[in-house]
Amino acid sequence: MISVKNLCKSFGNIEVLKGINCEIDKGDVVCVIGPSGGGKSTFLRCLNMLEKPTGGQIIFEGDDLTDKKIDLNRHRQKMGMVFQQFNLFPHMSVMKNLTVAPVMLKNIPEEQAEAKALELLDRVGLADRANSYPNQLSGGQKQRVAIVRALCMEPDVMLFDEPTSALDPEMVGEVLDVMKRLAKQGMTMVVVTHEMGFAREVANRVLFLEEGVILEEGTPDEIFGSPKNERLRSFLAKVL
Amino acid sequence: MTLTVLYAASAVNPLSAWIAKLKDTFLTNDRYKELITGFLNTILITLGALCIGVIIGTLIAIIKYLAEDSRALKPLAWLCDVYLTVVRGIPMVVTLLIFYYIIFTSASDGTLVAIIAFGINSGAYMAELIRSGINAVDSGQMEAGRSLGMSRLQAMRVIILPQAIRYILPAIFNEMIALLKETSVAGYVTVIDLTYAARTIRDNTYDAPNTFLLVALVYLLLVVFLTRILRRLERRLGKNDKR
Repeated sequence: MISVKNLCKSFGNIEVLKGINCEIDKGDVVCVIGPSGGGKSTFLRCLNMLEKPTGGQIIFEGDDLTDKKIDLNRHRQKMGMVFQQFNLFPHMSVMKNLTVAPVMLKNIPEEQAEAKALELLDRVGLADRANSYPNQLSGGQKQRVAIVRALCMEPDVMLFDEPTSALDPEMVGEVLDVMKRLAKQGMTMVVVTHEMGFAREVANRVLFLEEGVILEEGTPDEIFGSPKNERLRSFLAKVL
Repeated sequence: MTLTVLYAASAVNPLSAWIAKLKDTFLTNDRYKELITGFLNTILITLGALCIGVIIGTLIAIIKYLAEDSRALKPLAWLCDVYLTVVRGIPMVVTLLIFYYIIFTSASDGTLVAIIAFGINSGAYMAELIRSGINAVDSGQMEAGRSLGMSRLQAMRVIILPQAIRYILPAIFNEMIALLKETSVAGYVTVIDLTYAARTIRDNTYDAPNTFLLVALVYLLLVVFLTRILRRLERRLGKNDKR
């Protein structure tokens, strides 16, 4: 579904990504782990071109997103993204947050978009908050709304950028539960995370990213059970 | 007989003497009508220029914001910078004279020229106010909109601008207050604004204190009135803070 070829990204003189290659297939749940500053988030943000790569290609459903002539907005509709800081629209009610993009970009009638949004909200246990504003929600609720907002566009793949890092510990579980269910339903997911338990349990593939390169890649059993790379071993020793 | 009584009375009573003087200055020959015309023109120029300023300012702010990420818009953004530099580098009175005597030489209505000149001048300041308002909105908001598939312009319209308004509105109101006072130079191009009306009356009556102090009072009251609305506006915007 997504194939990343020799992806490079520099900010000025600082090389953040130094040639990343990977394949993400339909139904994959890929977790990206690694130390802070290793380029995990940058890698994820390059996938939907929120960061413009300085080299390499990102082929999404057959189209090269780094091609200047491509209609990025149309492709982004199929790539949902969830941010560390939620980034809900504070001036809109929860319902409006969920329906603004589908109504505007996919020409779905308002009532139909609302019905769909309500159904998805119900699945994350927030149907009663449809008329609330983001500031009236807890962090965990905000993040669940943010996930639903992305889902309302019916994406083919979901990108998660440290979705639980800004949450109070007692709220991490509710967000991870939603993500687990999503994975079970067969959603293709790329998750940058520090939640090793989640990676171990839900991912079918784990990438260990450090200093701009993928040092090791494998199933959770391989990565967590028998890590080969020395750096990965010392990283796991610190976080587990 | 009556005259002598009146004269005697006014001689002993400074208040009635002052009232008589006021009557003479402002009521004789319906001179107050000049002031009313001036007052209305001052309001008209202020509001007209404000509208033009907001439109120009918004356009420039959006162009400059979008140009940060688009090569095609760079020349347009450069033109905007030229406009900002030129307008802010020339005194308002000189701009007004240029518009009246060089650009719109055939204009019969100085008021319209003044509205355009003040509007174009104000637009430069508005552009910066609106731009700083836009920049005050968290950059994650644009990213969230973009990640859903919105274009920069769409995200600007439904996500950024509605949030920027609460930073921008008070600043625009401040600009309006400044603009109101600045229009007092409109008389340079024969527009009868409040100040010009006062000068005309002074020239006819030689009553400088009453005319100019009255006009000063009118400006002051207008500004006090506008400031009160501004305060209320700021409080309302603060209350609707839904973060």
